[in-house]
Amino acid sequence: MSEQMAKSISAEEHQGDEYLTFISGSESYGVDILRVQEIRGWEVVTRIPNSPSYVRGVLNLRGAIVPVFDLRERIGLAPIDYSKETVVVVLRVNNQVGERSMGIVVDAVSDVLNTHAESIRNTPKFSHDIATEYISGLAESEGNMVMLLDVDKLLNYDVELERSDVEEA
Amino acid sequence: MSIDMEQFHQVFFEESFEGLDIMESGLLNMDPGAADPEEINSIFRAAHSIKGGGGTFGFNHISSFTHIMETLLDEMRDGRRPVTSETVNVLLSSVDVLREMLTATSNGEDHDEEQANIQQVALNKILNGEVVTSSPDSEMSSETSEATSNAGKNLGWHIVFRPLPHMLRTGNDSLRIIRELDELGDLKITCDLSALPSLDEYEPEDSYLSWDIYLHGEISRDAVDEVFSWVDDDCELAVMELVDETAPQVVEAEEVEKPTLVPAVENKRSGEDRRKKEPRKAAGSTSSSIRVDIQKIDTLINMVGELVITQSMLSMLGEDAENRDGDREERMRDGLAQLERHTRELQESVMQIRMVPISFTFSRFPRLVHDLSTKMGKKIELKMTGENTEVDKTVIEKIGDPLVHLVRNSLDHGLEMPDERVAAGKPELGTVQLSACHKGGNIVIEIRDDGRGLNRDRILSKAIENGLVPEDHTLSDREIYELIFMPGFSTADVVSDVSGRGVGMDVVRRNINELGGGIEIESTPGKGSAIIIRLPLTLAILDGQTIVVGDETYIVPLVSIVESIQVRDERINRVAGRGETFKLRDEYLPVVRLHEVFDVANPKAKELNEGLLVVVEGEGRNCGLFVDDLLGQQQVVIKSLEANYGKVDGISGATILGDGSVALILDIQGLMRLARESKLDAVG
Repeated sequence: MSEQMAKSISAEEHQGDEYLTFISGSESYGVDILRVQEIRGWEVVTRIPNSPSYVRGVLNLRGAIVPVFDLRERIGLAPIDYSKETVVVVLRVNNQVGERSMGIVVDAVSDVLNTHAESIRNTPKFSHDIATEYISGLAESEGNMVMLLDVDKLLNYDVELERSDVEEA
Repeated sequence: MSIDMEQFHQVFFEESFEGLDIMESGLLNMDPGAADPEEINSIFRAAHSIKGGGGTFGFNHISSFTHIMETLLDEMRDGRRPVTSETVNVLLSSVDVLREMLTATSNGEDHDEEQANIQQVALNKILNGEVVTSSPDSEMSSETSEATSNAGKNLGWHIVFRPLPHMLRTGNDSLRIIRELDELGDLKITCDLSALPSLDEYEPEDSYLSWDIYLHGEISRDAVDEVFSWVDDDCELAVMELVDETAPQVVEAEEVEKPTLVPAVENKRSGEDRRKKEPRKAAGSTSSSIRVDIQKIDTLINMVGELVITQSMLSMLGEDAENRDGDREERMRDGLAQLERHTRELQESVMQIRMVPISFTFSRFPRLVHDLSTKMGKKIELKMTGENTEVDKTVIEKIGDPLVHLVRNSLDHGLEMPDERVAAGKPELGTVQLSACHKGGNIVIEIRDDGRGLNRDRILSKAIENGLVPEDHTLSDREIYELIFMPGFSTADVVSDVSGRGVGMDVVRRNINELGGGIEIESTPGKGSAIIIRLPLTLAILDGQTIVVGDETYIVPLVSIVESIQVRDERINRVAGRGETFKLRDEYLPVVRLHEVFDVANPKAKELNEGLLVVVEGEGRNCGLFVDDLLGQQQVVIKSLEANYGKVDGISGATILGDGSVALILDIQGLMRLARESKLDAVG
């Protein structure tokens, strides 16, 4: 079901930028819909030994090995148990090496948000609990605030660097 | 005419390097005095293609340099110049210079101009004298001098343009070309109607006219070439500069930036070559090899890997349905059997695309042996067998350097000087034998020489001296030979620039281990030594043993497994702070607990006698890998973990199991390193 949903979403006529929004905890987040490769239900992944805790593991995406990160942990929220609603959003990430596919675990997918670039506001300074460097801006959807995620920064994952962080901690 | 040529550059460089290899091996096979004309021809063709390509893509330094080589080769081909060893050597070093130029150009760097100039002078020295006096093209030379009045200065061009009959059908119009030339400068044209047939024989689509064109004005050669660039292969073309021929030729040819200053006679000949060459080229194009983008093949391999997974999924389903409707199941099983057969065949044939003969690697050795034997004053014969043995392309690429190192070692340390050999009652001519063959699922490469063999005592004393071995240790011959793979080990008394710097054998072994292979030494004092390398046929598929720790499944490469055992408590020694060892026959092997190294939650076996010890080998050392249980052995398709994630210590890759889940493949050496580090951490 989830793949069809992604297809029908991208086929829709649209003006301005489109964002796929989803819920993690009580917050709404959005990612550029053109970066979304696939949405799939959560299933057990293969753990990678000695990786940071937000790296859930790797899954088999039609023959490609794709790492899956927990969004809540990545941006500094407490993890929760996964349910039937839990989904993995597979995103295309650009980095120095080229394009990669990576998945993020979110609580539930909600909607597609149509918005214009001028209505996106800059990120204000939050407290230090939430890692604001991953948020590229704020948008509004039916009175709710949606935090737009910078996919490349969020998932630009350098294993060597991150691991040394973990060891220090 | 501005087409983006960049996209073809890669192909040009690849082809040119192949051409260089052909030239090199051809030159090495050449017998001074009695050269095979066909051999010279193939060298000439390779040079000609490089020149043509270089010109097309605007790498004028390459085309002008190759042009001189081509001229020399052409004279050798026509028998106008004897094939001497001096000529061959100059051509060989020119091949090196050309390779350097191509490498630099493909990397977007400047080539070593000075070296190119020196080489060009050397080539011209051979060419000169004879070119001017014995050239049958004296008619052309006189024409040039007629039209020349001003020394050195570019007055324009004399162009002889003779379209081949089919040129019009390629969509090129001679008139357009002449118009374009007209735009460049003053034209004086004479049309040659002599080829025109009578009206009843006249083919309206054929081109019969040819032209003698004098183009006056200061015009660059590039501009002229540009006009003819589309018809290059469809006409005979000679472009000669209108200069004073008394200008010194060597100086002219040295000017790398001005390829136009090459003596006029040579240009005329290259026009003729084109005509001679065409039919041969057509015959050669029936070759059965193709150039395939490796990425496409990788995708194919992925797809086929998927097919294999689907098949294994289906066959699992078929087994489950055993107890229901009998007939339908039988059909399903039949279908599945067929699917299995087909997928296997498909997989094999696809893998075959990646396989290339090992001669790609071997072909560089005749040159290496030729050069080194001359340098060292040894008489050496290289014998090669099994050059057509096929290996994965990645293996080919990575095995080259280690092999070069080993062959150098053989030449330098293994084989004796001629007088030494005679004194030892051996033939003066030493032999190095390079062979490759398939054995089981492996390829075995052997480097065998009939030299002095490894000096057991010297290796041992050196090892003791370097503190690698305790003095009172008794070692078997095999163990002593193994020592040369230790880092920083060299027994060469004199460090030559050929080998003996002490870096090497350890690197060789590491490279081969990285490819999933192994290396062994055999040696008989006074009779010679052999190095035997065993490599997997492919890096895309691996024979794996599935192991279980807690809820997790891992794959251990079957080649690393020595044996699997269950240990009793009394055979285990615990050394405080340094972990556990167990006694296997005469050896004490360290225990690596996989659940500790990988931090696996709830392992079923915590005590060593509850689980199994898999004795694995990595970097010449053994250890016992402690796991819960072993499952089946199976072939797995290796997937990259780095494509979307990154490198993980102790893991070499991933694969997909029959149920669609991902299993990680263990990297035994990395795992042993990881275990050592974590033990150190625990102590410190």
